[in-house]
Amino acid sequence: MKELLKDKEHLVRMGLLFLGGTLAFMVARIIFVPKGYGMYGQYRAGALDDNRSRPLSFAGRAACEDCHSDISEARAGSKHAGIGCEACHRALAKHAEDPEKVKPVRPDAQSVCLVCHEVNVAKPRGFPQVEPKEHAEEQPCNTCHLPHHPEKSPDEPAEETPVEVQQ
Amino acid sequence: MTSTRREFLVRTGKYLLLTPAAAAAIDNILAGNAATAPAYDMSDHWWGMAIDIEKCIGCGNCVRACKVENDVPVEGPYFRTWVERYHVSYQEPGGEAERITVDSPEGGYNGFPEKYREGDGAKSFFVPKLCNQCSHSPCTQVCPVGATFESPDGAVLVDKAYCMGCRYCVQACPYGCRFIDPRTETVDKCSLCYHRITRGLTTACCEVCPTGARSLGDFKNPKDPIHDFVRLNNVQVLKPQMATGSKTYYSGLDGSVR
Repeated sequence: MKELLKDKEHLVRMGLLFLGGTLAFMVARIIFVPKGYGMYGQYRAGALDDNRSRPLSFAGRAACEDCHSDISEARAGSKHAGIGCEACHRALAKHAEDPEKVKPVRPDAQSVCLVCHEVNVAKPRGFPQVEPKEHAEEQPCNTCHLPHHPEKSPDEPAEETPVEVQQ
Repeated sequence: MTSTRREFLVRTGKYLLLTPAAAAAIDNILAGNAATAPAYDMSDHWWGMAIDIEKCIGCGNCVRACKVENDVPVEGPYFRTWVERYHVSYQEPGGEAERITVDSPEGGYNGFPEKYREGDGAKSFFVPKLCNQCSHSPCTQVCPVGATFESPDGAVLVDKAYCMGCRYCVQACPYGCRFIDPRTETVDKCSLCYHRITRGLTTACCEVCPTGARSLGDFKNPKDPIHDFVRLNNVQVLKPQMATGSKTYYSGLDGSVR
């Protein structure tokens, strides 16, 4: 026993080193492990909020129909009734936020239709497709079809209400 | 760091005794923020996607909308979702074996200029692609820093603050759904429009799909039409042999699609 205690200096040093190392490890853990890590899994819980915080570009159909219920009535029963407004009118979350300041651009009455309806053999059979030259001699589609209800023809020439153009 | 000795001892004690995960959970429960927001409860949802190949017309609306909604670079090979055109000609007696040609000009961003002709003895069709939101995703398993993960509601997300751009996940994804954003040098991928679906909206691609070829589904909502979609159609996931637990279900998928 006396022999062992004679060399206790070594044991004390070793013990202190071990304690110091453990302490350093614990402090490093507290500093380096990000907040919320491990709350749901091996990742930072705050990353979920980061992903959620992105702003919207597309307002969504419900937001459009809040104000433009007349259009959804006009579309009822047509083949186009199920299409989201922003499929043709593009992303309009800014317009939905501030309808006075941000005005949408009226889609071009031919190219917007041909995005879907131009003939292509890879398209499913039964989907209405046209060769624009043969079908309408390059006339705008809304000469004969109401875009919101394509089975109907416009009673009068398409109204030419001026729409502010914004880029 | 300002903390009393007592706080310090309690905290280190907790970290020593419990696993870090359990300690963090206790911290959050004590702080009263177990769910990140009261209006949206992650445990009530399990998101997936239903894609009907027979409805896809290759218009590219989804590709364009995705780039706008998620600020994806327009130029270059950067896509969170894209559309492929398959062209499959079949084996002639004694002739060439099944021949599959796939093209995706600019990911379908500008639609698909006609390239094939009617009656060439082949079939062609469009296949929209996006992150499959795997429930056992290979990409999250290889991330060395915990910067990509499966959220409790079934979306595979990226923590951009911790991604160091090592590209392991880009290589690990069997569907090629990840890319490195050249502006930040961090990885990016379809987040299933997490910022939209957690606000009660559908994804940007589903919002603008004119034929309903894609639809977002919540498997934990018993009234969601995705249950009928999966039950009433012959559905497949991509690369089922890899057991990724993909939650993107394709109806009418041809065997040639990989």
